Amino acid sequence: MSDKKDDVYGDHISHKFNDELMALKTEFLKMGGLVESQLNLAITALVENDSHLADEVRVTDKKVDQMEVVLDEEATLILARRQPTARDLRLVISVIKMVADLERVGDEAKKIAKFAIKLSEEGQAPRGYLEVRHIGNHVLGMLHDALDAFARLDSEQALRIMKEDKRVDEEYQAATRTLLTFMMEDTRNISRCMSVMWILRALERVGDHASNVAEHVIFMVKGEDVRHTPVETTEKLVGQ
Amino acid sequence: MNVNETIATEATAVGDEKSLIMPKEPVSNDNAQSAPVQEGKTVGKPYIDDAKFRLRNVEVFYGEDRAIKDVSLDIGRNQVISFIGPSGCGKSTFLRCLNRMNDSIDICRVEGQILLDDEDIYHSKKDVVELRARVGMVFQKPNPFPKSIYDNVAYGPRIHGLANRKADLDDIVEDSLRKAGLWNEVKDRLQSMATGMSGGQQQRLCIARAIAVSPEVILMDEPCSALDPIATAKVEELIAEMSESYTIVIVTHSMQQAARVSNRTAYFHMGNLVEVNDTTKVFTSPEHDLTESYITGRFG
Repeated sequence: MSDKKDDVYGDHISHKFNDELMALKTEFLKMGGLVESQLNLAITALVENDSHLADEVRVTDKKVDQMEVVLDEEATLILARRQPTARDLRLVISVIKMVADLERVGDEAKKIAKFAIKLSEEGQAPRGYLEVRHIGNHVLGMLHDALDAFARLDSEQALRIMKEDKRVDEEYQAATRTLLTFMMEDTRNISRCMSVMWILRALERVGDHASNVAEHVIFMVKGEDVRHTPVETTEKLVGQ
Repeated sequence: MNVNETIATEATAVGDEKSLIMPKEPVSNDNAQSAPVQEGKTVGKPYIDDAKFRLRNVEVFYGEDRAIKDVSLDIGRNQVISFIGPSGCGKSTFLRCLNRMNDSIDICRVEGQILLDDEDIYHSKKDVVELRARVGMVFQKPNPFPKSIYDNVAYGPRIHGLANRKADLDDIVEDSLRKAGLWNEVKDRLQSMATGMSGGQQQRLCIARAIAVSPEVILMDEPCSALDPIATAKVEELIAEMSESYTIVIVTHSMQQAARVSNRTAYFHMGNLVEVNDTTKVFTSPEHDLTESYITGRFG
């Protein structure tokens, strides 16, 4: 079923139009793949105290930025050239918006990489890394699934991701409380704990961005804007 | 000749109806309703509250061929509605029912009910001339009379006896030309031949001629297809202004034009009215597969 959905954008009378939409989709997924790997590397760099790896993440972020510019330009050209309508229009508009989300995820990865360098220089056994690893894996999975839902136009999976984001928020709250106890135990922990807190915050934001991507996938498939909409309404829409 | 074309396309289309109605590949997204079309079943919102025209179960026959199949639709007062669809889908035929232009074709027969302000326009005692004064029409190719600009616009008011004095007629001509956005361009040469104007001016003259008899409805059959982009923009601007005081029905092959000028859009396919919705809805997330395929350029 997913295979058939894949060429939903590919049967125009104009083959060139097909190619342009396909290229946009492929390029977006490429950017998604890169951002996903950036985040993965940043988390690894942090928990393994690998400042070289973290530096790599920082440098590669320029590539992410570049891809954002290219994708926006491609989308603009399609709008100018083709005046797409209906699902084609929804694809192009969604890509423009989701690209911004991906770029922000890239920024968060860079932020984490910077903290990784800072923390590895300070040495000392890390506190709160367990939580970082846990939430990190969680949002990495969400990001991956969101891109997958985009590729397969799977609105049910998109809905699952949106619900997942609630759980990430809870985990973030819990982790914050844990770090607060560390800080109260020993005030010398405060500086390091604050850094970890910022990292957790970054990861929580990644969850939000993944959720945004999921919302756009639902828009692409269903034609309804589900931002700022109660979950029940979205559930009904997707369940149709 | 236009009608003959329609007949021809309808006739050939009937043979391979199935292959045309069923898209080769399922192109549906999850929310779109699946093809094929069910006769007499229109998705979206064909009915509205403040209707100028109410059409119920309308069928049009050219001899044996059914060109329009069980179509029901409301046309809103002081709104612009556009009819879109592939060639031969029946949109022009349907448009021409609204002021009984099909009467002039012997083999053409219209069934069902067409109410203009609750009045049956196909009633045997209905005065067709009066109807056409209320429901004016603008055609694809500008067709000014080979007369002066002034006489073109004055023609309708004269035969309908709308002006008794020359001064009244002058007023009507000026007012109509102003409304059509043409006054400043032609006020100094009202007595020159209309056929010497540019295509875009001629089309706006035809619009001025249509509104000179104070119609309530204006039918436009691809009014911009022979015009350049600037003339098209002017006519579209005019449509927007006129929609405040007239009900406008426009048949267009330009999807972008339908998207720009109309409040509601109706999609015809093989004589069926497939979908009617607010224009924004049709162009962002149409309900029917066929509508989606057509407007996104997947078949035509």
